[in-house]
Amino acid sequence: MGTKRRDFLKKTLALAGTAGLAGAAPGLMRAAYASSGEIHVGVLFSLTGGTSIVERSMSETCLMAIEEINAAGGLLGKQIIPHVEDPASDPKVFNEKARKLVLKDRVDCIFGCYTSSSRKAVLPVVEKRKNLLVYPIWYEGLECSKNILYGGAVPNQLLENGIPWGVNKMGRKKIFMVGTDYVFPRGMARITKQILEKTDAEWVADEYLPFGHTEWATIVKKIRDSGADMVVSSVVGNSVIAFHREFVNQGLSFDDITFLSTVTTEIEVAAMGVEYAEGSYITLPYFQTLDTPENKRFVDAYQARLGKDAMTHNGVEGVWNSVHLWEKAVQNAASSAPLEVIAGVQLNPPSVVGPQGLVKFDPVNLHVTQTPRIGRVRSDGMIEVVDEYPQAIGPLPYYGEGERYDNRMCTMSGAVI
Amino acid sequence: MFEIFTIGISIGSIFVLVALGLSIIYGTMNVINMAHGEMVMLGAYTAVLSTIHLGINLFWCIPIAFIVTGIVGYVTERLLIRRLYGRLLDTLLATWGLALLLQQAIRVEFGLSFFGIHVPGLGAGMQNVPVPELLRRSFEMGGANISVYRLFVFFVTLVLVAITWYLLKRTSFGTQLRAVTKNRQMAACLGIDDKRVNALAFAYGSGLAGIAGVLVAGFKIVSPDMGTPYVIDAFLVVVAGGVGSIVGTVATAGIFGEITAIVATVANDVYGRVAILITVILILLFRPNGLFSVKAR
Repeated sequence: MGTKRRDFLKKTLALAGTAGLAGAAPGLMRAAYASSGEIHVGVLFSLTGGTSIVERSMSETCLMAIEEINAAGGLLGKQIIPHVEDPASDPKVFNEKARKLVLKDRVDCIFGCYTSSSRKAVLPVVEKRKNLLVYPIWYEGLECSKNILYGGAVPNQLLENGIPWGVNKMGRKKIFMVGTDYVFPRGMARITKQILEKTDAEWVADEYLPFGHTEWATIVKKIRDSGADMVVSSVVGNSVIAFHREFVNQGLSFDDITFLSTVTTEIEVAAMGVEYAEGSYITLPYFQTLDTPENKRFVDAYQARLGKDAMTHNGVEGVWNSVHLWEKAVQNAASSAPLEVIAGVQLNPPSVVGPQGLVKFDPVNLHVTQTPRIGRVRSDGMIEVVDEYPQAIGPLPYYGEGERYDNRMCTMSGAVI
Repeated sequence: MFEIFTIGISIGSIFVLVALGLSIIYGTMNVINMAHGEMVMLGAYTAVLSTIHLGINLFWCIPIAFIVTGIVGYVTERLLIRRLYGRLLDTLLATWGLALLLQQAIRVEFGLSFFGIHVPGLGAGMQNVPVPELLRRSFEMGGANISVYRLFVFFVTLVLVAITWYLLKRTSFGTQLRAVTKNRQMAACLGIDDKRVNALAFAYGSGLAGIAGVLVAGFKIVSPDMGTPYVIDAFLVVVAGGVGSIVGTVATAGIFGEITAIVATVANDVYGRVAILITVILILLFRPNGLFSVKAR
């Protein structure tokens, strides 16, 4: 009996020793990574699942931008190695994959996330492990993490132009807000109401329906009955198609009721059929039709990679901007270590001339400036600019709470409310 | 007020479209078909592909979708369901598996996307079906704004219900089907080919779902996972209306439609859904066999 126990202990220890060594071996090897001439980054966009239709294009654009940098000689003389993971549109899997990228692949930053729920699932990982998430999409604000570089617009950069444009330029007086039932549309509605208080227009109602809801008859009827002459739509995902179709089917016209969307891009317009979107408006900083040399180069490179019918949209433009902004930040900091990059952004905010124009980091809240624009959907599915600011405006992620340029709430050390 | 009524009728007609096929399949053959929603989805994709590759308009997609999903239903019955008669839980599992297979088949474009081949109209994304200009209008009647498309859906539903009723009650096929439902062995003894009757009934039910898919694609979403909510709605209607009763299905669908419209106007659509579910629970509490149950031996 004693011999058996000794044998058992010997075997277990041997196994544990080997396993430990095998587990540590990559770490031992990776200690050499830093000086091996490679920078490792994570690419965390859903390639399968509900939101993959948009996120796949973002993943491709991220790889395209990384290849551009590598082809031009790399970053700090090193090649960037992307680790692509597929979180399958599930926030839980986003969390797991982020942890895997940070702990096992030892990446210096993660480019990823599209929905706010996925970003909120990755946030604890990068904060706890002192890593960096570069989040390239416009979102609802109200966040101030010191481990995330936010490469997309926040509500004040979408609504500060959109709502006054509707009231003043289009002469609308009664605003009806519609959205999907989660934090982004509700945040947008709150900010819309605050902006409207300073005008002589009024909001008449705000209605929300769950993700994927397809029966819009009653809400469109409510829009008609309320006498609203402007609709601000933050409907996300598939339901926007059913919404537009119902709107048109009930005989409402985009000429009589100004339809302003904050989330619809070229992709959703194609998915719903142009005849149901033509004449509606969108407030976003980027459209494929923008006439800048950077945009021409970007669209050509994108279509060379994904086909001549591929459409660029604000999501992929944000990814491209974010990768190049991060590249500049790493060059400024002379290091790709996450915390040093973040400190470098705060001291010496990088900027890049992207497809939409100049995009620059705000050193205080780690968000970027954006040039607000309003576009009108054309009969060929493209969106043409009808209004644009002459230059970019700064981000105020806590605008709904009263944050203004002279009253910052998202500061260098965190949110102060 | 009248408009809420018309909206309710329209929502109800969509319920009827989807539930009618299931009423035949579940009602007459006692097969729990979890793939019924995917038949709706296949009908929608048939419309998408026909519009893109054949260039026809929505009206002609209806018979094409009926034939395509009818064939898929027939093949399903021959290969899968036939071996599982009487085994309720097994049919549930098997048809659920079939539903997943069909969803993924569309998503990976029947495997072609593995080879880098992309078929326009398939894939993981959202598709759309162009609706003829004729149907994109609306008009006023009795103070209500009525969308021509919804009226069209309502008329197609009426026609389908009439055809189904006629099929079941006035043709020899219908009589055979009802006989097989009552007592399969006895019907077989009397010379009825029960296997063929079942296969055709399953095909017909799936075909009806396909037509529902075409109509629904005109004004709702088309994506690989669009079918699942429809199978849930279909079962709610069929079970609450009374298994095996066409009248029950139609009446319950109408009731559900009106409840949704009224509650959604007063509150919002989420509460409308809650109201329907509470109604189903109440119906089943007080009449466990459904509202219009057919007397079984």
